[in-house]
Amino acid sequence: MIQLDYFLLLSAFMFIVGTIGVLTRRNAIVVFMSIELMLNSANLTFVAYSSFFGDVVGQLFVFFVMAVAAAEVAVGLAIIIAIFRNKLTVNIDEINILKW
Amino acid sequence: MDSTAINNFNSDLAVSLSAFWSYFPIVFLAGVILISIAIEMYSKSSKKILPWFTVTALLACAYYSLLTVTDTGVYFSGMFATGGLTNIFNFIFTFGGAIVVLLSVDYIKKSGIYYGEFYILLQSAVLGMMMIAGAKDMIMIFIGLEQMSITFYVMAGLNRKRASSNEAALKYFLLGAFATGFIVYGIGLMYGTAGTLNIDFVFSNIFAAEKNLPGIIGILLFLVGFSFKIGAVPFHMWVPDVYQGAPTSSTALMATGGKVAAFTALILAFRPVLGTETLAVITPVLAVFALLSMFYGSIVAIAQTDIKRMLAYSSIANAGYMLIGLAAGNDYGIEGVVYYLAAYSFMNLGAFGIVALIESADEKNLLISDYNGLGTKYPVLAALLSLFMFALSGIPPFAGFFGKYYIFIAAIESNLTWLAIAGVIASVISVYFYLRIVVLMYFGKGESQVTPEITNASLIGIVISALLVIVMGVFPGSVINLISNF
Repeated sequence: MIQLDYFLLLSAFMFIVGTIGVLTRRNAIVVFMSIELMLNSANLTFVAYSSFFGDVVGQLFVFFVMAVAAAEVAVGLAIIIAIFRNKLTVNIDEINILKW
Repeated sequence: MDSTAINNFNSDLAVSLSAFWSYFPIVFLAGVILISIAIEMYSKSSKKILPWFTVTALLACAYYSLLTVTDTGVYFSGMFATGGLTNIFNFIFTFGGAIVVLLSVDYIKKSGIYYGEFYILLQSAVLGMMMIAGAKDMIMIFIGLEQMSITFYVMAGLNRKRASSNEAALKYFLLGAFATGFIVYGIGLMYGTAGTLNIDFVFSNIFAAEKNLPGIIGILLFLVGFSFKIGAVPFHMWVPDVYQGAPTSSTALMATGGKVAAFTALILAFRPVLGTETLAVITPVLAVFALLSMFYGSIVAIAQTDIKRMLAYSSIANAGYMLIGLAAGNDYGIEGVVYYLAAYSFMNLGAFGIVALIESADEKNLLISDYNGLGTKYPVLAALLSLFMFALSGIPPFAGFFGKYYIFIAAIESNLTWLAIAGVIASVISVYFYLRIVVLMYFGKGESQVTPEITNASLIGIVISALLVIVMGVFPGSVINLISNF
């Protein structure tokens, strides 16, 4: 039986990596991947606590997060494709008609 | 699961199903979305049918919500609440949604997004807001928030040939999803410390727990995520870009319904712990966010030349005022925030409605200088816009004044007098940029260059918003009484 703390530390680490990725990377798709990493770190937290408590609610939440993340991927990739057709780039530094 | 648990579940389900008429609006709206999709698929004249279908359905929901406002209850294993504040919020969302439809009927034709899907997306966003309003569990808040946000990302980028619309959608999407990451991880830590996701217990359990550091970090992450969604400084950077780049009628919905829904989630989450010691961790954070938002929004708005950007900064400042009510952390504060949310929605719907009317094809006529001399050429439009600007700047007897008044009183009640004084100073600063437009319309030199086509649908929507702003301002007591009953 692995202790709960290890799961929590791993998920915190994943969350921080995701956050740093969003803040530093300039490619929209990589930023998006980092966001997915953040969502998955939350999933890991839920599953760890859920199995620690023997309570099913946390695992239930994970299913909802995964479904929502899938919907977000569909919309997000569509938006990125639309912007690529217009500007031929997905670098968020070059997407700057509106003042950032 | 043992047999008693199954029996409990079954009896709860039976109670929930027999209370069908209490949560009817949300089921009804979900049905309306499916029917609208069918209409869009099979009818060639869907673009003409859908707006009126949507308006009728949303107004029916709004009327029904007010009718059943006393019908309080919690259903589906403590997941979903009806009646009381839930219905008041549902009224704001559905009625506001109906006004947005009226404003968009002609706008979407001239701005190149003449699709029936616009109305389906609008209905889905309103459904998500209603799910937040009824939430009794973090799961419901999360699902409702995402339902709303994901439709907003699409609505922001609906004009896919226009680069500014695309850019708004991308920025909204990346930062919105980033905020969602914070919210989900925060909820995860809260769940681990509290052992439950039920809103009534989650905060009090966290503060009662022994090792509650993860839970408190969770609450702060939850707050940060929602500060993104309400557009409070220092998480406001997406607001001006998205409000400017998105089609004006989408912006009208995001600026009103979207912001109200995010505040609804905060109100619902903090309501069970009002007046207890547990709020001591959260109050300073909220107060600082409020202070920064009010001043940043009011001061930067002065420098804007684009009217949609100016309204975006004004909405940042308004998020600050409403955060004061939350930071006050007493019942007066909550009542004031709910009142101000309603007032703010209708003021902004009217203002964005007029901006959408004045705007011509290809995003022209969006500068503040385009409103020069409007008072002599289009007296009705100028008068209505002046009314909304007076209301937004908080001049009595309009609704905006009493919203701010109740919130500042609540702040003084809970010993946050310095915050109330800062709020008054920020509102005084904001008078400058609101009234600048009024001055320009009536006393600006030169002829007005805009030639808006004033259509009945938009005018009805704007006039209804104006009437609500006046009525709420003249009879603030009855609205507050309605809110304070719950």
